[in-house]
Amino acid sequence: MTNDIAGIKKADVILIIGSDTSAAHPVIAARIKQAVREGTTKVIVIDPKEIVMADYAEIYAAHRPGSDVAVMNCMMQEILKNGWEDKEYIKERLEGFEEFKAEIMKEKYSPENVEILSGIKAETLRKIAELFGKAKTASLYYAMGITQHTTGRDNVWTTANLQMICGNLGVEGGGVNPLRGQSNVQGACDMGGLPNVYPGYQKVVDANAQAKFEKAWNCKLDNKTGITVTEMIDGAYDGTVKALYVMGENPFLSDPDQKHVIAAMEKVDFMVVQDMFITETAEFADVILPAAAYAEKDGHFTNTERRVQRINKVIEPPEGVKTDWEIVQLIANAMGSDWNYETVKDITKEINQLTPQYGGITWERIGRFGLQWPCPNEEHPGTPYLHKGKFARGKGLLSPIAFKEPDELPDEEYPLILTTGRVLQQFHTGTMSRKTEGLNNLAGPMVMISVVDAEQMRISNSEIVKIATRRGEITAPAFVTKRILQGVIYIPFHYKESPANVLTNPALDPIAKIPEYKVCAARIEKVL
Amino acid sequence: MIVYLNGKAYKAKPDETVLQLALRNGIYIPHLCYHEKTGKAAKCRACVVEVEGMPGLKTSCNLPVSDGMYVTINSEKVLQAQRVVVDLALSSGQHDCLSCEQNGDCELQDAAYYLGIERPSFQLYDDKYEMDDSSEFIRVDRSKCINCGRCVEGCNYTVVNEVLNFGNRGFETKIVFDGDLPMGTSACVQCGECVQLCPVGCLIDKRAIGSGRVWELEKVETVCPYCGVGCRFEVHIDRKREKIVRVTGVEDSPTNNGMLCVKGRYGFDFVNSEERLTSPLIKENGKFKEASWDEAISLVASKLSSLKKEFGSDSIAGLASAKVTNEENFVFQKLIRKEVGTNNIDHCARL
Repeated sequence: MTNDIAGIKKADVILIIGSDTSAAHPVIAARIKQAVREGTTKVIVIDPKEIVMADYAEIYAAHRPGSDVAVMNCMMQEILKNGWEDKEYIKERLEGFEEFKAEIMKEKYSPENVEILSGIKAETLRKIAELFGKAKTASLYYAMGITQHTTGRDNVWTTANLQMICGNLGVEGGGVNPLRGQSNVQGACDMGGLPNVYPGYQKVVDANAQAKFEKAWNCKLDNKTGITVTEMIDGAYDGTVKALYVMGENPFLSDPDQKHVIAAMEKVDFMVVQDMFITETAEFADVILPAAAYAEKDGHFTNTERRVQRINKVIEPPEGVKTDWEIVQLIANAMGSDWNYETVKDITKEINQLTPQYGGITWERIGRFGLQWPCPNEEHPGTPYLHKGKFARGKGLLSPIAFKEPDELPDEEYPLILTTGRVLQQFHTGTMSRKTEGLNNLAGPMVMISVVDAEQMRISNSEIVKIATRRGEITAPAFVTKRILQGVIYIPFHYKESPANVLTNPALDPIAKIPEYKVCAARIEKVL
Repeated sequence: MIVYLNGKAYKAKPDETVLQLALRNGIYIPHLCYHEKTGKAAKCRACVVEVEGMPGLKTSCNLPVSDGMYVTINSEKVLQAQRVVVDLALSSGQHDCLSCEQNGDCELQDAAYYLGIERPSFQLYDDKYEMDDSSEFIRVDRSKCINCGRCVEGCNYTVVNEVLNFGNRGFETKIVFDGDLPMGTSACVQCGECVQLCPVGCLIDKRAIGSGRVWELEKVETVCPYCGVGCRFEVHIDRKREKIVRVTGVEDSPTNNGMLCVKGRYGFDFVNSEERLTSPLIKENGKFKEASWDEAISLVASKLSSLKKEFGSDSIAGLASAKVTNEENFVFQKLIRKEVGTNNIDHCARL
């Protein structure tokens, strides 16, 4: 998030697009609902599912999955046509406006044309643009509904374009606010758990960054970008990746096209899994290393608003279990190195030294409620919202983004659009949440289907149906509802007994390498 | 601004109430409906005080401070009024502390203790409400409800799930879910905010029932392991069994203000799960076999080293984790970059 949770209530208008907020980020949803209830904020929800947040919205619009760029470009065209943009902000703080405008003003983004592309009525598109464009401060919240597309990067860029021309970046209560889905997914990115960057987003191809880490670690480092998770699976499949070391992840259920993932994990020469449980992925491992749970260790998590918070050891781990950092250190030393971290604090200190944004977030200083990065030194108070006064890169760059269709569209054989996501009561691949029986009683597998489609196919509520795509097929009980767009079905991906990722399309965004979980062609059949 | 409480001067903030000033200075005034999050209610009237120059008794929870205000909180007149209020609350429900889950953490009990009430003077309770056990994680025992309204306020204005309300009138008043459905069939999402706000034993974490008295449990603060909001919570642990009994939200946390969701509050079973791994496992002939840490670590290290030698560093790839700490991710990428010698590291940020 460019902005902070406390700033939610400072927005006059909040646009939620591609986030089932009350399911995946319930406490942030509560804050948004509070703002609506207090009458200070109006909400716009754009989502193919009529999510709970739609009940609190001034305007709710169902758009066809994958039409996000068209919808937001249309909003921007209307904003520019009516002069609702922040002209001074554009002049002072942005660049690339003319090229950007040339794309936006194209006839294909007129409300009438985007109605055809997105399914949202032209009149509603105009209303959305007006409410958003005229707001003094508007903020934008999204989650995987924006990113998990072959056009994920375009989608994100478009959210930034929208917020920039409206002057909503670098202001309290505004911002482009992606909601991070896992407790420390922000921290894992910040710490360089990515193939292209060292901790603090210092690029591996940057010779200065390389020299800095070579000096700190007294070693030679590789200067070419590595491969991403989906490419690792491909590599394991085609034999270029010989060993896979998986710490606390479950690609069996989280990666697209499960059949391919299984084949890859069967093929790889050597696989290590470090986890609390024998997960579905761990079944394929050659070695499993038992790791401690969050409650059994000290350290830090970084949340969605870049707040680094201390986690404390609550209970003793079971006998025989080690923390992840202890295990990693043992392996490093067994490979002939000489690591010498005595406590987790020693690692925190090294993070402070090598990660500019974390420079001032020291063990001693952090306190009960943490600090928000960037916090470069011990005197710095932390940063509730980014780009204040000036963008990190200087001027904000507007980019002309053209609308592109998703990789796989419905056809006669597979006439429906399948989109996947999360439910409130379960988490990710269920490794943690599914151990609580009560949560399983509350939420099991399902395929959400519109009443109209269900009636046509004579499918009744709770009936077990078969869902098929070009990758494979699964069965799940039907959840027949008015709250999903006709022609779209939705399956949560948490369940090994109805694994959505058997069905999903592994096509990637060419740059972000994110798979298109939110759109693929599917069909439903009665099982009888 | 100076305000006098029992003759002693205190510096008051302009926007606070007499009750807030007292509580901030460690002075107890009984209060059952007021909670800092749900705000002024002036409903239960347990917080009455005397103010010089004002007629009668005033509820301190909605009484704004003013300069030079002279407040008496312990006169016999005040205590007598408070006793009647608390006595009636005790008399109108089945407040048996002996096996009540809230014993030791009950605000009605605190008020009775402060006012020296041994047992209720009246028997107004007529056994009319059934226990509602229909919800997966929350028990509703309306015989213990004092109609303070905190849960209704919290459900509607804090978490804004808009499920709880008051039904009926007068003596028949009770809390209802969605126009009087059993809690388990209502639209309740079981976030547990009402449980956290309930001053008595009416709304209870079902799973904690019988798992230890409040004073037997140790509380440690940490961060929720589920989504990325980073809600801060307190884990209540039974040290004898080294087991998590319940979880409550941290009220002054800037991320969550005490709020949690059903996963964060109730989904902690995985930590104490019987299925936890407790020994490294090595696969031999397709079957896992328990191994020592030394065996497992040296096998991993020698395999990685030999593959690196034979096929090069880029033949190895590592997946870090969105569920472990910054420190653990840091050392993991250091292992892959420094010891293995490749940038083939990623995690499920995109998935």
